[in-house]
Amino acid sequence: MAPTAPALSLQLTWGCLLAWLALGALQLFTGLRQLYAASALVALFLGGISLTTLDGPPQTMILPLGLPGLPFHLRLDALSALFLTVQGLAAFGVSVYAMGYFRSLDSATARTTGLWYNLFLTGMALVVLADDAYVFMVAWEMMALASYFLVTTDHAVDEIRRAGFLYLLMAHVGAVALLLAFGVIQGGQGAYTFDVMRAATPTPSWAAVAFLLAVFGFGAKAGLVPVHVWLPEAHPAAPSPVSALMSGVMLKTAIYGLLRITLDLLPAQPAWWGTLLILLGLVSALYGVIFAAVQSDIKRLLAWSSIENIGIIVTGLGLALIFRAEDKAALAALALTAALYHVLNHALMKGLLFVGTGSVLHATGTRLMGGLGGLMRAMPWTATLMLIGVFAIAGLPPLNGFASEWLLLQAFLFTPGLTQPYLNMIIPVAAAAVALAAALAAYVMVKLYGVTFLGQPRSPELQRAHEAGWPERFGMLWLAAGCIVLGLAPSAALTLIAPASRFLLGASLPVGAGLFLTPIDPERASYAPGILLAVIVIVLLLAAFGVRLLYHGRVRRAAAWDCGYPEQDARMQDTAEGFGQPIRHVFESFMKVEREVPDPFDRRPRYRGATLDRLWLLLYAPLARVVAWLSEQAARVQQGRIQWYLFYSFATLTFLLFFVSR
Amino acid sequence: MESGIALQLGQTLLAVLAAPLLMGWVNACRAWLSNRRAPSLLMPYRQLRRLFHKDVVLANQASPLFRLAPYAIFACMVLAAGIVPTLMNDLPFSPAADAIALVGLFAMARMFQALAAMDVGTAFGTLGARREMLVAFLAEPALLMVFFTASLIARSTALPTIVDVFAHQQFAIYPSLAFAAVAFWMVSTAENARIPVDNPTTHLELTMIHEAMILEYSGRHLALIEWAVALKLFTYSALGIALFLPWGIAPVGHWPGLPLAVVMLALKLALGGFVLALLETLNAKMRLFRVPEFLGTAFLLAVLGMLVHFLLET
Repeated sequence: MAPTAPALSLQLTWGCLLAWLALGALQLFTGLRQLYAASALVALFLGGISLTTLDGPPQTMILPLGLPGLPFHLRLDALSALFLTVQGLAAFGVSVYAMGYFRSLDSATARTTGLWYNLFLTGMALVVLADDAYVFMVAWEMMALASYFLVTTDHAVDEIRRAGFLYLLMAHVGAVALLLAFGVIQGGQGAYTFDVMRAATPTPSWAAVAFLLAVFGFGAKAGLVPVHVWLPEAHPAAPSPVSALMSGVMLKTAIYGLLRITLDLLPAQPAWWGTLLILLGLVSALYGVIFAAVQSDIKRLLAWSSIENIGIIVTGLGLALIFRAEDKAALAALALTAALYHVLNHALMKGLLFVGTGSVLHATGTRLMGGLGGLMRAMPWTATLMLIGVFAIAGLPPLNGFASEWLLLQAFLFTPGLTQPYLNMIIPVAAAAVALAAALAAYVMVKLYGVTFLGQPRSPELQRAHEAGWPERFGMLWLAAGCIVLGLAPSAALTLIAPASRFLLGASLPVGAGLFLTPIDPERASYAPGILLAVIVIVLLLAAFGVRLLYHGRVRRAAAWDCGYPEQDARMQDTAEGFGQPIRHVFESFMKVEREVPDPFDRRPRYRGATLDRLWLLLYAPLARVVAWLSEQAARVQQGRIQWYLFYSFATLTFLLFFVSR
Repeated sequence: MESGIALQLGQTLLAVLAAPLLMGWVNACRAWLSNRRAPSLLMPYRQLRRLFHKDVVLANQASPLFRLAPYAIFACMVLAAGIVPTLMNDLPFSPAADAIALVGLFAMARMFQALAAMDVGTAFGTLGARREMLVAFLAEPALLMVFFTASLIARSTALPTIVDVFAHQQFAIYPSLAFAAVAFWMVSTAENARIPVDNPTTHLELTMIHEAMILEYSGRHLALIEWAVALKLFTYSALGIALFLPWGIAPVGHWPGLPLAVVMLALKLALGGFVLALLETLNAKMRLFRVPEFLGTAFLLAVLGMLVHFLLET
């Protein structure tokens, strides 16, 4: 795989990045929201270029930027092309949406937001293009800082500043771990290009150290439990298109990094790495979905759901590592394909759900489900497109979420015959956990959709909620169409993923005939979403017309049945808290629940229930106390009197002289 | 191939037409067992006809989703009934969906049902939807685990292959299947809203689950939902037969096997329906918050079945 000289696609890609930078600068001076359309087109172009280079040989490029003697190395190979495609497709829809969404910003905020937005896009693309640790870290920081400033767009609000701080803190703790991981991999050769790292052969124990550091660093970005705490705070704080990008695209760069380091840069992967990833993934998936079920803020719910989906992706990666350690390349490809398919799917469906929530927020001013309801009538476009997203992420056939989960479950069914006996205990439990997480996701999505869009409006103003504008609708339509296409044509997704799978594992899943998804052979399993949809539609139409033909199609409108209780109002519907109550009841041991129950005679009753993350209390609060204690102790040294500082200098000098004179 | 498609259509149509009969049979058995005079076996058909003739009374605030849902649920159930091998195995439609996709289809019908229940915005509808999802989040993975156990033995998730392996290969006792069978029974009582999880004849608000969700439905919509319920019971019974008593299902194109297959299917369904009625008569409905325990047991049993397979049978 020698790098080839003409690197047109890479140059074009670099051009896209420069275009984004230029657009960012332009935004800073003008603050025109129409410029988001240009950013969107650049994203589409970028996605298109990377689509064409998926199958090509790796292209490399050295830029005369950076420090003297330390230029930027870029490289576009199958893995980066796949992730660039994901970024391009998702960022196009989100950016078109952003053009409409950011209409109500004041001019100063619009300018800075425009700058950071484009820098954020550039940073994410540069992360996957980086071919040395130096560019990688620069891009990583660019992405983190730009998204920090986007999260704190609304910085006048106390809570948002706190969320931003937590995000920045976690991002940097993670970045330090990554820096160390790169240092360990290059093993003292003093060169930090990925080519050198590929050639390096660290001992198994050092490789393990690098792997663990990478899991920590990328896990902190991806939101793996227990380093997930920033995610449910930062995602709701950001403006909706930014939440969509962060959840749909930015989390995936962490998956990219994990793949790059584990499967590309490190030479061998023992089976326990896979087991560790499976455990982390499953804990994240279950923890995320359980907490998603008890949220009453839509964006917070979606953020927890992202933790769940990242958990499912990481579980797939772990399974791939196990199969690879067992030298079963075809099965490793199956598990990896499932994970990458889910990356693609999650980028689109979570992007769709976040921007749809943005429209709801715009129209109603709240994202608390307790104040919403019945929006299907006022916002039919948003409601219909959100329904597609909800069905997709709940893992229902024939949409895309089901296809990737189906592949992952198939991968689990191939595990008998593994040589490690302990895996036989873990794998069935793991498969059960994935199934449980998927079923709970349906619960969460019924809650989200039912409480927000269905039922009666919980306040009279909701009937006047305005529908999303045309750019917003187009953005949502694009993402929803992506969910449908990836669901109905799994072979298209497999074609996209196959080169990356071949690049990482040397094997890929057979793409199969157009309609069918057949991972290994049709005797074992096959699935044809297109046929399913066709039959459902045919039966549906037959039933509808048949009934009208044989009987009648009469409809009478009347008030809903009130069961004999005459005074029913919208407040008597189930609330978000109420809908989550059974889950809270079943899984109470994971959470700390705070309740304020009103007095029964209260005229204006207020109920408040908050569910806190027990990990925060068990892990982070003590850690914060230790840090605070340590800094207090350090502060004792700081007396603020000049004679003490002179004494310190004197003591230090004596100490050093002692060493020198020896 | 053409005869295969005709057979596929025939088998699906048979399921659609025979499903209310199975419902009638279960109701009749229940009546006999509790010393009542049984209604006619054809009673469900009459009820369907009556409902189809009636006007639909829609709540004022019902959205299009509410009107779409009965058709979507019915379509999902017809499709599910078409996938499960009942008379002949390996029909042309079966490669389109395997056991996991079947679980997905059930989930889709359930999601439509729950969303439609929340659509009108009455207290009962949302309550029913919430309870249904509570039942589902444990029942669905448990069902999946049952399929997994069977798939691990048959080395395939395609239902025809599973049936083929279980019916035609050397008879062997799989301890894991015993766990799976118990779990499957528990799940199917929950999924079909039968005692002890839910009571199909109740309209008492404290206990109802499925009935609470369909309170707002009337006329043809209700008829379609009731029909879908009957189809679901039929499909689950057929699934149980296909997984645990698959003898008698004819391979595709094997015409002489067909009459025997029809007789065997009728016998097995009659027996299954009777056992269902017997268990419903002997048991009482459990409290709602005992349901997660019940289904949690089913889930654990199914996972145990898988573990047993991994430990003893590989």
